[in-house]
This record gives sequence, structure tokens and C-alpha cells, in this order.
Amino acid sequence: MTTPDAAGLRRRTQELLAAHPPATTGRTEFLKARFDAGLAWVHYPAGLGGLDAPRSLQPVVDAELAAAGAPDNDPRRIGIGLGMAAPTVLGYGTDEQKQRFLRPLWVGEEVWCQLFSEPGAGSDLAALGTRAVRDGEDWVVDGQKVWTSSAHLARWAILIARTDPDLPKHRGISYFICDMTDPGVEVRPLRQITGEAEFNEVFLTGVRIPDSRRLGPVGEGWKVAQTTLMNERVSIGGARIPREGGMIGPVARTWRERPELRTHDLHQRLLTLWVEAEVARLTGTRLRQQLVAGQPGPEGSGMKLAFARLNQEISGLEVELLGEEGLLYDDWTMRRPELVDFTGRDAGYRYLRSKGNSIEGGTSEVLLNIVAERVLGLPAEPRNDKDVPWKDLAR
Amino acid sequence: MTAPTEETHAPDLLYSQAEDDLRAAVRSLLADRSDAPTMLAHVESDTPYDPQLWKALAADIGAAGLLVPEKLGGQGASHREAAVVLEELGRSVTPAPYLTSAVVATETLLALTAQEGPADGLLGELAAGRGVAVLAVPFAAARPGAAQPVGVMADTLEGTVTGVADAAAADVLLVPTTDGLYAVEAGAEGVTVEPLVPLDLTRPLATVTLHGAAGTRLADGASAVAAVRRGLLAGAGLLASEQLGLAEWCLTETVRYTRERHQFNRPVGSFQALKHRMAQLWLEVVSARAAARNAADALATGSPDTPLAVAVAQAYCSGVAVHAAEECVQLHGGIGMTWEHPAHLYLKRAKADSVAYGTAGQHRETIAGIVELPAP
Repeated sequence: MTTPDAAGLRRRTQELLAAHPPATTGRTEFLKARFDAGLAWVHYPAGLGGLDAPRSLQPVVDAELAAAGAPDNDPRRIGIGLGMAAPTVLGYGTDEQKQRFLRPLWVGEEVWCQLFSEPGAGSDLAALGTRAVRDGEDWVVDGQKVWTSSAHLARWAILIARTDPDLPKHRGISYFICDMTDPGVEVRPLRQITGEAEFNEVFLTGVRIPDSRRLGPVGEGWKVAQTTLMNERVSIGGARIPREGGMIGPVARTWRERPELRTHDLHQRLLTLWVEAEVARLTGTRLRQQLVAGQPGPEGSGMKLAFARLNQEISGLEVELLGEEGLLYDDWTMRRPELVDFTGRDAGYRYLRSKGNSIEGGTSEVLLNIVAERVLGLPAEPRNDKDVPWKDLAR
Repeated sequence: MTAPTEETHAPDLLYSQAEDDLRAAVRSLLADRSDAPTMLAHVESDTPYDPQLWKALAADIGAAGLLVPEKLGGQGASHREAAVVLEELGRSVTPAPYLTSAVVATETLLALTAQEGPADGLLGELAAGRGVAVLAVPFAAARPGAAQPVGVMADTLEGTVTGVADAAAADVLLVPTTDGLYAVEAGAEGVTVEPLVPLDLTRPLATVTLHGAAGTRLADGASAVAAVRRGLLAGAGLLASEQLGLAEWCLTETVRYTRERHQFNRPVGSFQALKHRMAQLWLEVVSARAAARNAADALATGSPDTPLAVAVAQAYCSGVAVHAAEECVQLHGGIGMTWEHPAHLYLKRAKADSVAYGTAGQHRETIAGIVELPAP
């Protein structure tokens, strides 16, 4: 089969729409048909929702479908599945695993979460202590995970666990797909400084995972996890935004609508942040142009750093701009939201929520190390943990 | 009616193959003729320019005529290509009247080509690299008419303009007066170009005094103001690319040095306290590239967004260049404080550039007006 071009994709999309008119087709049914037509993610292989086409042609399909009023798969709801689990399953899964998991993942029938971080393994993720012990055809998993978005909604989890504590920490880890309905899985909400609980703690007690749900070879889980983490940073920092589309938007609108709040100090700071937000937007635009042109640059690693700092500074300014109203908070009620909306709710919420932007998905400090060492080629700090068996590390 | 914040054009922020080729040619020339020891040997003279280098850049490579249409003797290229030349000139802080003549003066004259008057002939000379023209306004001027001290009496010019960049290299001065824009031969009777002692030794400044000097009138009052505004806008927009190149050199050189320099039995670049600063600088340089390319592309395509794109680029890139040069000096330690190491040339250029064609603060005020975020 030859790889389709833009015209070919447009024709296939029109054929899909003709065979399954959105007006008279159920949402899930349409999405399944779209997956089977290879129009879900065109750069994926044929038979797995794609057509081996260039990734840059996906917008062609999306535009045709949007124009026809077709439903989408609500990507924000299944972001971890799409952004992290799917590329890892595609990269390391067996044929059976790809066939079993990718279609319900993309369609949104099965939500995914990520069981990586632990109370004792945050920035130093490779130090994780959740154990997976081989027992016949199964692995038996015990441990605790944390910062798990969507765990209370998820059917499946990508999980990394220690399978050999006698090896140095990066080498004794394996990667699994964990069934979140297993009786040994307990999910507890973890309340955050915003008052709500986007995240969860997940306790794993005697969870049995068949060896057929291991991703990649035993002991190579760290390498497999790199695929997941690279995709996480791209998906957190790479979204397209229009001018004034981010956090700066609400502040700029308040400034225009409420002259009584303006001060000279706030004006100078607002303009400086407005410029930085606009430049960050242009930097993201340039990054996407590089990707489309097939010249991906390392700029992606920087985007998350930039947006974390900007979101924090802008929302902090907004609380000050609002003065007396900035002293109020909309609602401290404990909730478990299905979607994370960084710009939702009031200024106080934005200020508090954005504090997480420099922690989640790699702290800004770790990202600066990554830029310094991998992009600039600066030497690593001397380390004393790389060749020591995991069981002998201090904790 | 478009909202003040809506983007009206889709900018191309990448470099084309032709732009990459041009960059390679300019970089190779500058590596041969504008290395740091050569520059240090010449910067303390009043004319640090290298005429052979200018001929190679302006005429042989054709960089002086990039903005000028082919029918007027230029290359018929655009601000995107001129921006690449300026990135390279910034990377080497070469003393050359490129920004002042091939961009600001040239763009000012391009605004007058509809009149099919004497501006056209002058453009041909500039584009061919046979002459250098400089707009006689202070290098710090963000907009025309801030100060217009030159008067016209009985067809001769009278007045003084301070802080004119590259006046010492100019064959022709473009002088805004109370009676429009005049072209004055720099060597003519009644013209004095008195060198000043500049902070940035790689871009000489001078006081231009006109006393009974004869000139050719290029434009009347209103079109002169519009032409000068257009020249200064292009200058400010492409200065961002010079600042980008300068910042890149500072970062590259600092990374190179801190990888080699050992203290405490380690490369100093392995300390997080230092590497985080360099990573932060990298992020600023990456961002400056997007801002500078956006301004160059807006100027090249004549986008209605150009004034905003230029002001954003200047408001951002000025600070990045200064920060990069300051970090370069600091992270080099003692050697960064010496005259023999070129870091000071970059610091001085960066600081002077942050005042040239308007400070970041002045550009932020412009932005406030365009996007309707007014002062209290």
C-alpha cells in the first residue's frame, strides 16, 4: 500500500463521512469507524488507526471532519492515554498488545493513567521502590504511587516497578500495563493547595499482572519510560495558542475593562509579562513550524519551563491587580475534577494551580539540568548512585 | 474591525535554504577578516572599519543591496535575508555600517522611490556597495521628530545632530530638517563629523555639525517624516537579529569555556548553579530567535502587524542580549574582565544596542498603545 498524500487523505475522510454520516451515527460508533479507516492518527501504522502517513498531514483530516461536524475523541479527557501510553505501547508493545489496547484508548472507551512517581521517588524517579515479583506466569506488585491524575477514572495504567533490587537503580526496572480494576488497587484522592483533588495516591497490594502485560524486556523499563516521559513534556508544553490565548488573556481583559484598578507599577509589570507571553507564543509557533518541516529542534524542552514561570508570574500579578477581590477565593470545596483547566475559575485558583506547573512532568530545576546537559552539552554533576545496587542506596 | 490583539498574518519563523547559504557566506567572510585580535587592534581608532571587509560584504556578497529592488540595482531580497546578515554581524560584533546604511538609510530612501527623484540614484550607489549613507539622527532615537535641530536657511543647512552612529563611515548624510529630508555629501564644505568617545567601540558615534552646508532635497516635510519613521522601524526590527546573534555568541562561548575551565577538580560547567544560568540563557536565546524572525518576516511581508512585531522584538531581544553578555563576563570569571578577552566588546555592544532605536521601555509603551493596555 502506498502512503496517502493530502488529497488521498481528504478522499478517505469524505468516504468515511459518506459511509457513517455524523448526523445519524452514534459518537463511539463513528470514532471506531474513523479508527478502522486509518484516520485516527494518520502517522500510526495501518491497522492500528493510521496509514503510515506523515504526522504533519493529520490537520488535513481534522479540518475535514470538523467542517462536517463530526465528533472528536475529547482528547483532553484521555490525554495520558493519547500522549503517553499510546506511543509507548506502539513503540514497545507486542502485536497482541497493540491490537488489544490502542483502539479503545483512542476511541476513549478506556481511560489511562500513569503509575510512575512515588513518595520517595519524584525527580529521582529511577529510585522507585514499588516491587514486582515474578510468580509463575504473573508478577505480584506491592507499593505506593502518587500524583496520579485520572486514577479514579482509569481502566488501565502504565506502571514502572522494580523487578531486580540487586542491580543499580536504572537497570532493575520493568514496565507493565496494570489493570486498575484489580482488587489490590486502591485509589485515594489527594487534596491539593487549590482545595480540589485532581490527583490521587494509588496503593498497590498484591496486584497480579500477567507477564503478557509487560511492555518491553524485563529490566529495561527505564528505557521504555523515556519514551513516555519525552511525550509527556511535549504534550504539556506544545499546545498551540492564539495571541493573548494563555494566562495573559484574563489579566489583559480585566485591565481594559476596569480602569479603576490600574496603577503605574502594575502597568510596567503587565507590559513586560505581555511581551514575554507573546514571545513564548511565537517560540511555540516556531517549534511547530520546525516539526512540520521535519526539523524538530530541542526547543520543546524549553517551552514547559517558559510557560511554568509565565503562568505563575501572570496569575500572581492578577491577584494583585484585583486588589480587594484578590483577597477572596471562589470555592474551597473538595472536588475530583475530570478535566484539568489551568485557566479555569478565578485568579486565586489560577495562582495556586500554576504553582504545580513547575513541578508536574519534571520540575523546572530538573528540566534546566536536561537542557544544560543534553542541549548545551555541559558536563553532568558527579554522581555516587549510578553503579550502586538499588537496595544499598540511602533513602 | 480587527481586535487589537488578533494576529493578522501567519509568520514564517524558519530560515530558508537561501538564507542558510547567505549566512554561511557571511560567516566565512567574518571568520577570515573579523576575528577578535584584529578587532581589538583597531577599535581604539576613530575609524575601526575595514574597507576590504565592507567591499566583500556589501559588493561581492551583495549584502548591501538585499532590501533594494533589482530595477534599482539591488538584490531584490528582503528583510529576512538582511536579518541573517545582521545575526552574523552581531555574532562577531564587527564594526561595519550595515545596520545604519544598508538597513536604516536604505529603507528611508526606499520610502521615496515613488517620486522617481534623486533617492533612486543614491539607492543604486548604496546597493552596489559603492557608497555608505547614514541617517543623521541620534542612534538612541526611537521615532522621527523627537529632536529636529537642523534648519534650512537660503538653501543651506544649519544645525547639530549628536550621537550619530557610523557617521565617520558615511559618504552621504541623510539629514531630516524643518524643510524635509536632505542628502548632504559628508565631505562637503560646511559639514563637520566630530568623533565622540562611544561606550561601544565597535560602532563609532559622532556629532554632525552643518554650517552653511549645501544639500539635495529628497522629500518634503510630511513624506520625510514618514520615510524616516519607516527607516527607524526597519532599523529597530532588524536590530533584534543583531542582538540575537550577539547573544548566541555569548552563550556558545560561555558554554565552551565552562566545559574546559576546571576548578575544584571539575569543569566549572558541571556545577548546577552555573549550568542552570546557561540553560536559562539558552531558553532566552531560543525565544529571541522567534521574536526576531517574527519582526523580520513582518517587515519583509509588509504585514499590518509590523509595528507590534518590531516593538515586541525590541522589548524582548534588548534584554536578552544584555543578559547574555553580562552572564558571559561573569561566568568567565577574571578573564572576562580583561581587555584582551573579547567579552567586553559584546557587553558594550549589547548595552549600547539596548538604547539604540529606543529602549525596551519605550517599545513597551508603543505596545501599550497598539494592544490597548493604557497607562493609568
